[in-house]
Amino acid sequence: MHDRELTFAEAIREALAEEMRRDARVFIIGEDVAEAGTPFKVLSGLVEEFGRDRVIDTPISEPGFSGIGVGAAMTGMRPVVDIMFGDFLGLVMDQIANQAAKVHYMSGGKLSVPMVFRTTMGATRRSAAQHSQSLHAWVSHIPGLKVAIPSTPYDAKGLMKTAIRDNSPVVFFEDKMMYKLKGVVPSDDYTIPFGVADVKRAGNDITLVATSSMVQVALGAADLLAKIGVSAEVIDPRTTLPLDTSTLIESAKKTSRAIVIDEGYEQYGVTAEIASVIADGAFYYLDAPVKRMGAMNVPVPFSPVLEDVTVPTEQMVFEMAKRLCGK
Amino acid sequence: MTEHIDLEQSLHMYEQMAKIRAFEEKVNELYKSAKMPGLAHLYSGEEAVAVGVCEALKRDDYITSTHRGHGHCLAKGAKVDRMFAELLGKEAGYCRGKGGSMHIADPDSGNLGANAIVGGSMGIATGAAMSAKMRKSGQVAVCFFGDGALGQGLFYEVANMAALWKLPVIYVCENNLYGEYTHHTETAAGEFIARAQAFGIHTEIVDGQDVHAVYATMQKLVERARRGEGPAFLQCNTYRYYGHHVGDINRAYYRAKDEEADWRANRDPLTILATRLIAQKLTDASVIARIDAEVNAEVETGVAFALDAPFPDVREVNEDVYA
Ligand SMILES: Cc1ncc(C[n+]2csc(CCOP(=O)(O)OP(=O)(O)O)c2C)c(N)n1
Ligand SMILES: [Mg+2]
Repeated sequence: MHDRELTFAEAIREALAEEMRRDARVFIIGEDVAEAGTPFKVLSGLVEEFGRDRVIDTPISEPGFSGIGVGAAMTGMRPVVDIMFGDFLGLVMDQIANQAAKVHYMSGGKLSVPMVFRTTMGATRRSAAQHSQSLHAWVSHIPGLKVAIPSTPYDAKGLMKTAIRDNSPVVFFEDKMMYKLKGVVPSDDYTIPFGVADVKRAGNDITLVATSSMVQVALGAADLLAKIGVSAEVIDPRTTLPLDTSTLIESAKKTSRAIVIDEGYEQYGVTAEIASVIADGAFYYLDAPVKRMGAMNVPVPFSPVLEDVTVPTEQMVFEMAKRLCGK
Repeated sequence: MTEHIDLEQSLHMYEQMAKIRAFEEKVNELYKSAKMPGLAHLYSGEEAVAVGVCEALKRDDYITSTHRGHGHCLAKGAKVDRMFAELLGKEAGYCRGKGGSMHIADPDSGNLGANAIVGGSMGIATGAAMSAKMRKSGQVAVCFFGDGALGQGLFYEVANMAALWKLPVIYVCENNLYGEYTHHTETAAGEFIARAQAFGIHTEIVDGQDVHAVYATMQKLVERARRGEGPAFLQCNTYRYYGHHVGDINRAYYRAKDEEADWRANRDPLTILATRLIAQKLTDASVIARIDAEVNAEVETGVAFALDAPFPDVREVNEDVYA
């Protein structure tokens, strides 16, 4: 393993390429995935290596090609279905939640659906209400699915490889604002197990549980907190389903305070689930209520002045942590 | 075909097309000079479709629009200044800055809104037609969508119901050959119109670069719909001059520069109309030049207004979530 920096997008592409080389059953299907390499250019170069039989452009028919993915997965292939914007989950929820998620259970374990739905999340791109949502809570609600939500290029590559090798359907969320984020990514074949949180920064006074784009925000807040003498621990669950409850609870027991930060809508969100896990598991150790910070409960507005206040920022997390710590 | 279209109306259609062209050129400039947040999908090249269609509608008839919606919006009667304001996220915009380029709605002119979900408005337009029928209002609804949107299953559900229930809806398919970066021959099997014909829906194909042809055909379809004869499907063959969106600059991998140049040189809707009117000695170049100058001035004033206009108050972020 040697040090090498890749962007988040390159890390995803490398994971896909390595898995496609390793396993001929893996194929990619979605809109403008081939020559265009998706609008975000995440898949650039893959069609050149693997050809149009394995990097398949579709019509604008999300429910259709998602369903085709489910059927192919049930019969021996390992599809990676590309849903360009997470908002389009609205179109494909039946295929994901009623078909893919349930086939294994309903068949008494006889059938399985080894497939990955890759999709995006994240606001502040000035893309307005139908192209900016972070809807991972929707799928994290459904038994039978697994949900990965990486925050670094390293995690993205390792989690994607695990997702492809998993025998259950996985929904994989990529923050589109993070595609250009750089980080060290080993060129060798490594995987990251699902359900194992990562401590992104160790600390003693407060636990900041953060997902995806909010990990960078939490790390920034931790820097600000360090300047006023507060040592924050930043934990990234990396998968919301399965969720590594013990790492979260142990950290909260140690620090006795916790804030959960996530870019999904705050109401009924991922933050609610994680906060309740911590409140339950670390109850006797807590010195303050577990706080939640999610996206504001409004459709994402277009105007930059409005959009910017809908997502938690470093400063907002810093202020909240300061208050919880009585500073 | 053009006999019954008088000069005044032809010049009005020219003006509307010129306004859309000038508007879109300005949007591109705003993007390039980083004055506009986000992206926009330009309508340049397709002006005759929106203008020919909307010319056949009354102000209270409905339209639903798409991500490439500025042309529909202007053609239905929206004002340049408030559209620019919306594109810049300003309070004076049609949606108070909450919608942006892909979500402009202007109910006052019958525009039920642009949509960033491809095919997303097919249900809405069909529902508006059903409502018009239930209310016996005599209104019709027009659903604009691209060739790519025919990939969406929703179309086949609502078209079936529109045909069964003889709803006054006209599905206007803007076939600009591409959906994003892919030619329609790679994504659509068979003929577009055959899909509507399968439901017994009346279909027409027109040259979407000829505003007279679009208008004349559309008039027939609107009359049918108002008479209660049911839905229609109008395929307009057209072309977008720019990329899929303003940031789509290097396009050679999916469409040839020659193809772009050919449409601009030989199939331009403004040139086609102006040339025809001048050749028929109905008008002369100076009249056309004066219209161009007027719409350019309107666009300049409109954009200056929008650039100066204030952003919404941050507290508005919580307003309008519920009615
Ligand atoms: C449901 C959905 N899928 C994909 C997209 C991404 N997308 C935006 S525009 C577009 C192409 C639309 O093509 P077409 O309908 O022909 O309209 P055009 O852009 O050519 O006017 C795509 C795939 C989207 N906005 N919504
Ligand atoms: Mg198109």
